[in-house]
Amino acid sequence: MAAVSTAVARPSGLWLAFRRNRLSWVGLVLLAAIVLIAALAPLIAPYDPIEQHIAYRLEPPSAEFLLGTDTYGRDVLSRLIHGARISLIVAFAAVAIAMVVGTFIGVVSGYVGGMFDQVMMGVLDVKLAFPTLLLGLMIAAILGASLENLIIAIAVTEIAPFARIARAPTIALKQRDFIEAGRALGFGPLRIMGVHILPNMIADVVVMGSLWMATAIRTEASLSFIGLGVKPPTPTWGGMIREGFENILTAWWLAVFPSLAILLTVLALNLLGDALRDAIDPKLRAE
Amino acid sequence: MSVDDIVLDIRDLTTEFLVGGRWHAAVRGLSLALRRNETLAVVGESGSGKSVAALSLLRLLPQAGARIGGGEIRFAGRNLVALSEDDMAEIRGNAIAMIFQEPMTALNPTMTVGAQIAEAVLTHRRVSRAEAVVEAIRLLEEVRIPSAASRVHDYPHQFSGGMRQRVMIAMALACRPSVLLADEPTTALDVTIQAQVLALLSELKTAHGLAVLFITHNLGVVAQIADRVAVMHAGEVVELAPVGELFARPLHPYTAALLRAMPRVDVDSEDLEPIPGQVPSIAAVLPGCAFAPRCSFRQPGCVQERPPLVAIDAGHEHFVRCPVRAPAQEPTP
Amino acid sequence: MIRYAALRLVLAVPTLLGMLTVIFVLVRLVPGDAAMVILGEQANEAALQALRSKLGLDQPLYVQYLDFLGGVLTGDFGRSLASGRPVLDEVRFVLPYTIELTAAALGLGVIFGLLLGVLAAVRRNQAADYLGRIFSLVGLSFPAFVSGILLLLVFAVELGWFPVLGGGGEGPAAGLRNLALPALNLGLIMTAYIMRVTRSSMLAVLGEDYIRTARAKGVRARQVIMRHGLRNALIPIITVVGLYFGTLIGNSVLTEIVFNRPGLGKLILGALNTRDYALLQGLMIVFAICIIVVNTLTDLAYGFVDPRVKYK
Repeated sequence: MAAVSTAVARPSGLWLAFRRNRLSWVGLVLLAAIVLIAALAPLIAPYDPIEQHIAYRLEPPSAEFLLGTDTYGRDVLSRLIHGARISLIVAFAAVAIAMVVGTFIGVVSGYVGGMFDQVMMGVLDVKLAFPTLLLGLMIAAILGASLENLIIAIAVTEIAPFARIARAPTIALKQRDFIEAGRALGFGPLRIMGVHILPNMIADVVVMGSLWMATAIRTEASLSFIGLGVKPPTPTWGGMIREGFENILTAWWLAVFPSLAILLTVLALNLLGDALRDAIDPKLRAE
Repeated sequence: MSVDDIVLDIRDLTTEFLVGGRWHAAVRGLSLALRRNETLAVVGESGSGKSVAALSLLRLLPQAGARIGGGEIRFAGRNLVALSEDDMAEIRGNAIAMIFQEPMTALNPTMTVGAQIAEAVLTHRRVSRAEAVVEAIRLLEEVRIPSAASRVHDYPHQFSGGMRQRVMIAMALACRPSVLLADEPTTALDVTIQAQVLALLSELKTAHGLAVLFITHNLGVVAQIADRVAVMHAGEVVELAPVGELFARPLHPYTAALLRAMPRVDVDSEDLEPIPGQVPSIAAVLPGCAFAPRCSFRQPGCVQERPPLVAIDAGHEHFVRCPVRAPAQEPTP
Repeated sequence: MIRYAALRLVLAVPTLLGMLTVIFVLVRLVPGDAAMVILGEQANEAALQALRSKLGLDQPLYVQYLDFLGGVLTGDFGRSLASGRPVLDEVRFVLPYTIELTAAALGLGVIFGLLLGVLAAVRRNQAADYLGRIFSLVGLSFPAFVSGILLLLVFAVELGWFPVLGGGGEGPAAGLRNLALPALNLGLIMTAYIMRVTRSSMLAVLGEDYIRTARAKGVRARQVIMRHGLRNALIPIITVVGLYFGTLIGNSVLTEIVFNRPGLGKLILGALNTRDYALLQGLMIVFAICIIVVNTLTDLAYGFVDPRVKYK
């Protein structure tokens, strides 16, 4: 039985959005570059990111160390490149988890309806009332600072929006005739949800995913900055800025470069996400 | 009716829209004269350019992508097309006023009805706020809103559709204009309310000696209130006549088709004939008569040249733009 | 209107309750024994037991929960493990600073955000619009601490116009100097956000029929924009800005940390560093209450500003 599409990003719509909005190309290229750099980190980075060059501590950018060195004599550029890996992995993993869990909750809640749905929505409302940073902060503080806990903390903060965006179309589609027909034919709820309801919202969910990646990166950086992130000496952008902050009077390069890295990545993701969103639903456009 | 009674003289007005990078005319060479104490109805299907024409008169077209491409609008000895925006704003709501189709969305939901009417007064007259509100109450009474003194402090959503339209009328007449442009003001109303509003408009027209340009697609409404009728198709007037004459002797094939397509009490609905085809989009207008593709009287000569508007009676009251039914013998009016 | 307000107030309570419960549960999830954390691993069992009793940790969970809720109602948010002072006292001490910062940022954000947003909407697709959109896009891409650090670097470290370490000093002049950069940081982000919302809201409103009616009355452009445009655009703007409060708290915390300003943010950092979970819990309660209050006020404001809700 064919699934009726309610919100599919038609290739033409996607092209149109990209063509109209030239900035989205910038976003795409930028993001591709960053991902490439992160993927090829061990090959590109000039030095080992945790190797300490004691003799060259706190050196400003030079020919040898293009972006300078930190308090332990580690090459900032190499740390930056490897940091890209960590940050992207954390953000991607967190969003992926949030997407899967959130969508699942949303679809089930919307499909089952009734009291269960109301309670679920109440819980999500409570969760949504917490600011992202504070919630992530609490969870990371409770669980302890580590890569896995960081991913979990960020994922938890992002579940609710995905649940919301999965629930609405589920409720709308629940009434449609072909669902009734499926039920009459004896399809179990899981099959209906998985095969018939889910494909219709994939597009929306993916778009949300890209937008929330940007938030995930910012949350990760903020948490690392506060000290709740991955433990040193593993490089993360937020952690590097923290170190830069501590040495702000003497070593400006420690804070500036990871800041630019974060900014560029978030910007790229935002541009891309905006373009994707325009492709999906022209009504959502700001114009 | 003498020439002195002409209040608004539209001469060869052309209004264009930017579509796909090129300018296309939505109103083509429109010529109409509005007279004092007269209701001129402008009829046509959607897309005929009637609303655009009215908006052009007050230069209310969207700033980007629309322009007046030619012609004159003579009013009070001046050409409105050539006026500055400031001068034009002086005339809007003052000497020439306009009412619109959807009373719910046409009123500001966050301002009281009294404030909106008072605004019309305060924009053009040097009076105090208090005086403007008093005037607003008086205007509400004139359009027969009950308990005007208390309702003047109410918001638009607290009124019914018909009452909102009355409020719009009150607002339009606040500065005693000499011309009232009405763009389908009763289309969104119930039939009974519609009759009330039309009666009100008639009364006010006579009381104030207004020249009313009444746009509608409903011939029934035309029969009720119009003195003269202009039938528009694809941006131009195809027939112009006093109302009785139009209904009795519709000459242009389009007019005749409109009448045949109109539901009437005395005609069985099986005998209704919808007009084949559609009004051409502004980017698709062909040379010659724009109605030709849909016309059953079509001749080869119809698609060659744009037919002129020709008077078919001695008194120059009935004009038709059709080479078949009204071949050109004399110069256009 | 009364009914609307009452409904909003009633709905706020379960949400607050839920938030408090979440806080309660999360803090109880801390691995390890709280008493041991405070007294250290070396402490003898008797002392540990005494402390546990004092902290109420030996009670069954639901009793602890009820005590917790009761405490919140009576204003007892617990005591800081580090300083021993009631949480509310700690909060009261730094609250003026946080309020000052938030108010300044809000002021900046609202004034410039509205201004730029209206400008961008009115001059759509012209230079002002593009610049505005770029500014808002970039402004919203900065995590609050990143922009804060960059501002610190440029204006305090390099140019020396403002103190680096938060500075002290007495008197309004010193206060202003200390406030300037953090307020600018927070304010810029708010401006970017409000500008974006204002622009889209104004664009939607400017396309409405009543704008055309106003023009048809001869009302001049500026009045049309202000009286008919902005007044209607403000309704959704207020709602959106109210919802932003949560993010504002997060940004404010980061800003206080970066600029070394006393405030709730610094308290949180301190609590994290000393593992003062009691203080952390108390602070979270404070935030939760603030958020619920602001959300409810926003809802009420909406009902107040939109006549369609006010006069039902």
